[in-house]
Amino acid sequence: MSTVTFRTSGLIALATVSTATMASTTDAPLNYFLHSYGPAAKPTMHLGWLLAGLSVAVCLIIALLLLAAVLRKRPLADPRSIGREGEGLRWIYIGTGISTCVLFGLVIYSLMVLNEVAKPPQAPAVILTVTGYDWWWKIEYEHDDPAHRFITANELHIPVGQPVLIKLKSADVIHAFWVPTLAGKTQMIPGLTNQQWIQADVPGIYTGQCAQYCGAGHAHMGLEVIAESAQDFEKWQNAQRRTAPLTFMSNEDPGHKLFMDRCAGCHTIRGTSAAGDHAPDLTHLNSRRWLAAGLLTNTPDHLMKWVINAQRLKPGSRMPSIALSESETTELALFLSTLN
Amino acid sequence: MAISDMTHNPPDDRLNRVPDFGRAPMGSGTEAHLAHIWESLPGWRGWFSTVDHKTIGLRYIVTAFIFLLMGGIEALIMRIQLAGSNHALLTPEQYSQLFTMHGVTMIFLYALPILSGFSNYLWPLLLGSRDMAFPRLNALSYWIFLFAGIFMYASFPLGQAPNAGWFNYVPFSGPIYNTGPNIDVFALGMVLLGISTTVGSVNFVVTLFRMRAPGMTINRVPILVWGTLTASVANLLAIPAVSLAFFLLWLDRQIGTHFFDVANGGKPLLWQHLFWIFGHPWVYAIVLPAMGIVSDALPTFCRRPLVGYAAMALATIATMLVGFEVWIHHMFATGLPTVALSIFGAASMVISIPSSVAVFAWIATIWLGKPVFKTPFLFFAGFVMLFVIGGLSGVMTAAVSLDWQLNETYFIVAHLHYVLIGINVFPVVGGIYYWFPKFTGRMMDEKMGKWSFWVMFIGFNIGFFPMHVAGLLGMPRRIYTYSSRMGWDTVNMIISIGSFIFAVGILIFLVNVALSLKRGARVGANPWDAATLEWSVSSPPPAYNFAAIPIIASRHPLWEDRLDEDTGRSSLTEGYLLTQGRETIGTSPIDAKPVTILKMPEDSSTPFFVGLFVSLMFVGLLLHWWNFAGIMAAAGCIALIIWMWPQKALAQRVPSAAHSHGEAHD
Repeated sequence: MSTVTFRTSGLIALATVSTATMASTTDAPLNYFLHSYGPAAKPTMHLGWLLAGLSVAVCLIIALLLLAAVLRKRPLADPRSIGREGEGLRWIYIGTGISTCVLFGLVIYSLMVLNEVAKPPQAPAVILTVTGYDWWWKIEYEHDDPAHRFITANELHIPVGQPVLIKLKSADVIHAFWVPTLAGKTQMIPGLTNQQWIQADVPGIYTGQCAQYCGAGHAHMGLEVIAESAQDFEKWQNAQRRTAPLTFMSNEDPGHKLFMDRCAGCHTIRGTSAAGDHAPDLTHLNSRRWLAAGLLTNTPDHLMKWVINAQRLKPGSRMPSIALSESETTELALFLSTLN
Repeated sequence: MAISDMTHNPPDDRLNRVPDFGRAPMGSGTEAHLAHIWESLPGWRGWFSTVDHKTIGLRYIVTAFIFLLMGGIEALIMRIQLAGSNHALLTPEQYSQLFTMHGVTMIFLYALPILSGFSNYLWPLLLGSRDMAFPRLNALSYWIFLFAGIFMYASFPLGQAPNAGWFNYVPFSGPIYNTGPNIDVFALGMVLLGISTTVGSVNFVVTLFRMRAPGMTINRVPILVWGTLTASVANLLAIPAVSLAFFLLWLDRQIGTHFFDVANGGKPLLWQHLFWIFGHPWVYAIVLPAMGIVSDALPTFCRRPLVGYAAMALATIATMLVGFEVWIHHMFATGLPTVALSIFGAASMVISIPSSVAVFAWIATIWLGKPVFKTPFLFFAGFVMLFVIGGLSGVMTAAVSLDWQLNETYFIVAHLHYVLIGINVFPVVGGIYYWFPKFTGRMMDEKMGKWSFWVMFIGFNIGFFPMHVAGLLGMPRRIYTYSSRMGWDTVNMIISIGSFIFAVGILIFLVNVALSLKRGARVGANPWDAATLEWSVSSPPPAYNFAAIPIIASRHPLWEDRLDEDTGRSSLTEGYLLTQGRETIGTSPIDAKPVTILKMPEDSSTPFFVGLFVSLMFVGLLLHWWNFAGIMAAAGCIALIIWMWPQKALAQRVPSAAHSHGEAHD
């Protein structure tokens, strides 16, 4: 049963990959066993195929041996007779001998793969820091010019075809950064800075997920990596570097005032006095595809649903459910809609 | 045997006595005298004071099995929650407590205790002794295990059970992110349980090297004994790490130390090291004795001795030795240098070499034997297959870069359940079918037995094999729900259905136990025509085990006539009688030459009270009742003094002047 499901999903996935360049449309976005889109993941995927194939083969051989051993015809003998102890050692010598050779082969191959994926082949084009929070991801893009540095959340953009170095930190408990179709996971440990590199060879959207149990919101701690052409990446960076537009940036605007009163303690909007650093930077909130770390698609409807019902939608979240009257909801929604 | 055997333990002339040698058939005066000496008091006083290893062993088995059922029910609730996407049966907090208690229960309160139960019951019978080396310590070990189990469950009904996973990573389990009593219960409970495991392990180690029947040289002990011995030595080395870790965590939480507190220079990785330095050897400690059950019981149903006894014993020890060099494979994703990862990855693959020795030994035993298709055989043969599947997925996770993907996904969940259910639960259930007649004097029902096997085996594979697939599809562990866009719905539905089928199989087994206790066919000493010593005594065995301590000449004392080996014949009905109080024979560690008469202690309630007071002291620590904790500590010490109060009757230095009969059997 399971192998059937497995094969079907594989076929669908293969069809998707061959017909579209976008990697995000597969039926199981974290399926790293059949999909990998960069040099940090591909050799591991091939190693996985070899090991899985070998395991299935060994299982079959052992199953056959076991069945044969149980069912083989035996000459009739006195039921009270007992077999002699010394026999059969050849089974152990041969079986263990073969297993040992195969295992040593696997040790060497797996270490070669480890060596291949542990470090990028060339210097990374982009360096950024991802910090795990309960339960979202803060993303800081570094730049030699401090003015060009910027912060965003839960959606990571990278240029296609180039290695990207990610420094991994945690602000609270241990999380793990994992975008399976691009690379394996690495823990984000408070007090340490870990590193990992990813590279996407195909433009597309790659789903990630926290992979270390970190509390109530662990199930809802997703992220996305968007790999795009160098031009698009540059364009995106430039957009992200801008501060918020000043359309509603006055205290007379009720939505603005509401935000400053109720949200600014935790959230930042660059260009305003909102400078909280416990929660995602909302300067370009509407440029992102998802809300609440992969919980809801980012639509104006969902956004207000999230603001009002955060605790119901993501129990235990640090975001409180905010009680708003209907008019306040409209005003805040209007204000938030300007954060492009 | 001659007096010269005892030169390294010079006899004390004042206490010297030559033990009687002879027979004590059922109903004889000597036998009745022995029964009088060894039987526990009837009624509740005997219930609290007994130190009979058989009673303690059965208590361990029953208690651990109840914990297994509790952990199983927790698992089923989780499987309802996960059967489809976006279910809202459980809140994240409830789910966290359930998966934590499921892991804690299965790994700490079921997996080792159940094997301790088998070993407690069987060791003296397998070794030809009248009890374990330290019967009262044995009782203490059980009581503390029971109290620690209750302790760890105490906060469950209040909705404040441990909730950080069974490996309990800091800082999530630290004082900042986990403010309730949840983790304190876990931390103190683990330190308490560690006492039980430690004293139990000491008992096994000393028993093996001191209590074997004369002639049972080290190369004649059953494989189960090797398994438990190896596991016990490992526990003695590994438990301190985890007890320390939990104690430090408790200090961090309650006293304000900073061992794991990042803001003050504490190190979260220290926790992971301490935990897994314990955790991985522990994983082997909870499978090696179970593998021993199969190695000893499978041959009975193959009508031949195990193939490769020496290889199997050495493989058991080799597994444990390498088992101490692999803990980093739980930490491949923590950012350690790749050189370190490579070494531990390689060791984690190499550790499957001794496992392959075991697999081929079992298959060869079946192949060269004449299988008898009774229920235990089905469980043991099924076990071999599950062992192989669990082992292979283990090899996959040993490949470092692949583990960076597999780690913390359902692939690991699949792997660990194949290992723990496949290698622990299947042999345990098979072992209960096998030894049930010895425990109770009645057979279990064969027809229901076969049903229980097939339902369990099929349900298990439907329930757990697809978890590999869920893991490869990227499903992380410990998520209380998932979105339908992740593509995990179908596979999770299959898993949930399988897990309920598996539960039905366990239920059939339980019904079988319940019915067979009352209605099972009565049996004699050796219903399976098995080879080992426990089958030479009546079913259930008498309180004194062996009326005459047997003298052993081979690995298969009950098959000697038919095996036609040139080792001579064991003397099973004629041996040392030892009837002056509770006594058994003490032998030398390797050659099992009799060196002393061991005076065994009487029944006593002091172990119960020591266990109770120590556990109450932990309750005091948990609730910050410092005075109460202090009083309990003092009460425990007083109980200990009463327990240890010197008794003339227990003077141990009574060397056995060897009897001339021993010579012929040596």
